[in-house]
Amino acid sequence: MVLEVKKPRPLWEILFSTHHTDVALLYLITSIVFILMGGALAMTIRTELLTPGPTIMDDPALFNRVFTVHATTMLFLWILPFISAIGNYLIPILVRYKDMAYPRVNAVAYWMIPPGAALIWLGWFDGGWYAYPPYSIISSPGPSAEMWIFGLKILGISSILGAINFIVTILKCKHPDLPLMKTSLFVWSILVTSFMTLVAIPPFAAALIMLYTDRLGLSGFFDPNAGGDPIAYQHLFWFTFHPEVYIFLLPAVGMAYEIIPKFSRKPIFSYGSGVIAFGILMIIGFMSWAHHMLATGLSFAEKTVFMIGTLAAAPSSSMHIFNWIATMWGGRLKLAAPLKFTIGGIMLFFSAGAGGVVNTTLPLDFITHDTYWVVGHFHLMLMGTISMIFFGFTYYIFPFVTGRMYNEKIANVTFALIFTGTIIVFTMHHILGLLGMPRRIYDYIADPDLILGNQIASIGAYLVGIGVAILVAHLAIAAARGKEANMEDPFGIGEQYYDYRVKEPHH
Amino acid sequence: MGHATLEWIYVGVVIAILTWVGVEAWTGEKILEEVPEDAETIKVIGQQWLWTFEHEDGSVEVGKLTLKVGKTYKFEVTSKDVIHAFNIPSHAILIDAVPGRVNHIWMETTTPGEYLIQCREYCGLLHYNMRAMLIIEE
Repeated sequence: MVLEVKKPRPLWEILFSTHHTDVALLYLITSIVFILMGGALAMTIRTELLTPGPTIMDDPALFNRVFTVHATTMLFLWILPFISAIGNYLIPILVRYKDMAYPRVNAVAYWMIPPGAALIWLGWFDGGWYAYPPYSIISSPGPSAEMWIFGLKILGISSILGAINFIVTILKCKHPDLPLMKTSLFVWSILVTSFMTLVAIPPFAAALIMLYTDRLGLSGFFDPNAGGDPIAYQHLFWFTFHPEVYIFLLPAVGMAYEIIPKFSRKPIFSYGSGVIAFGILMIIGFMSWAHHMLATGLSFAEKTVFMIGTLAAAPSSSMHIFNWIATMWGGRLKLAAPLKFTIGGIMLFFSAGAGGVVNTTLPLDFITHDTYWVVGHFHLMLMGTISMIFFGFTYYIFPFVTGRMYNEKIANVTFALIFTGTIIVFTMHHILGLLGMPRRIYDYIADPDLILGNQIASIGAYLVGIGVAILVAHLAIAAARGKEANMEDPFGIGEQYYDYRVKEPHH
Repeated sequence: MGHATLEWIYVGVVIAILTWVGVEAWTGEKILEEVPEDAETIKVIGQQWLWTFEHEDGSVEVGKLTLKVGKTYKFEVTSKDVIHAFNIPSHAILIDAVPGRVNHIWMETTTPGEYLIQCREYCGLLHYNMRAMLIIEE
């Protein structure tokens, strides 16, 4: 088996390896470490909000640092490394090449993550993960904001190196007998997101440097006192980070396309529509960034354009949902943990998408914008959809990586906890938003509705936290002591998984 | 029915729903865009971490805003330092207070009472506590 660590090897051999499965393992372990760290911060936030007034923290500044680092960690140190991990495991196999196109660049891209993460976690910035100026220009005197800026710059370069590597591997190193239209839809999802990364990241990289020189007092790009415009930063920021939403989402969509046909024992309903939907989203993802800024005083014409651009993203997303349901329809479903998590993810994907339509319809945006509604909305996407599918894929790839099997009963428990917890906490967030509770607040008015809502949300969050903790602990134990997996067919589906070829795990 | 037909019908239905939503939203927003001509102007200034209100007659209120019932008001919103957001949740009023810019939004006062004004854009240490009182009088 290709992905398997064949025999115990010294740690340094894995650390200094450039082989795609070794780099993938490093990415995977890094991402799981950071979901635990970011998750601990999420639990801290929900505990602080259990009661109005100080609950466990006396200092609002500490709370502000916690939510900033929580968001930065989850986006850039959990979701992106996990995508790189699965891409590294599967892309060379799915395009039938011996490794990634540039193995050393691959290892360099991974090794940029620890210093970037260290800067973010040691800097402990308080400007919110979006770091809107002028607040981010005047906030946190000392190195904290600078550390955050350079941490993100390093992670951005790492993303770009990874994207180049994936594009070259897929387009240039693909087996000559394998046409692109016969590759897996997961390959398409990584190809599309890699192109999006190359286009999306540079504006934010520029904005970070401008923010840095503004902080040094050398320039005034975003400082109104020096003739700059803070809204310009928001345009640059969201031009990067709205497409980034699809960079997070599409690999999860690709993973769902890997899992659903296998566990439904049916071919994909329509391969072509999957490819078309990826292609449409790749372009439309760049047409809707200012829907994050509808309340900044955009003109009516601008608001109309970006509302249309946002609504235009919905049909291609719904094509994926249609495709998944039609694939499962009439199939003999094997309801193992990977499929359960994926189906849960699809259900919440629909809810998150419907909430997104509400957010962009103009008069309604002014009710939901910057309230807990938005927090609930994007967590349904990032946690409910993307992370749910990632958890399912972790279970799916586990026997191939470790040669051992996880315990299906424990996996069911983790699914129940994470799925119900996610629904409770993020539905409550939507309701709190409608009650008028703003985002990023350390304290709220002692109103009975708000207190009850926050406490229900916190209970949901604890369920998710316990579920993820059990999931990671169980997989760690099963990796060492689980029972040996049947490597021909670990899930008992009766189907060929990948076209494996014997390969040595080293260069 | 073949694969393609079924999917085209589905995509068509989705697009039709979205078009309807978009048109409804656009017509609604168009009404809100046009400020009535008889509206009285209130200057709203946000700063870390309080709200200042300046009436047309030059009187200034800090931390509370007193309005008359049954009138139309236009808020001209700006900020002295960082970005804030002027928000009256009970009246669905929201607009960012951006330094160096003046944004405007309007509302009608219909029911007397006391309502909450708060900041909805993260603005630093005491963002959570940047509140004011809206008093609508007979």
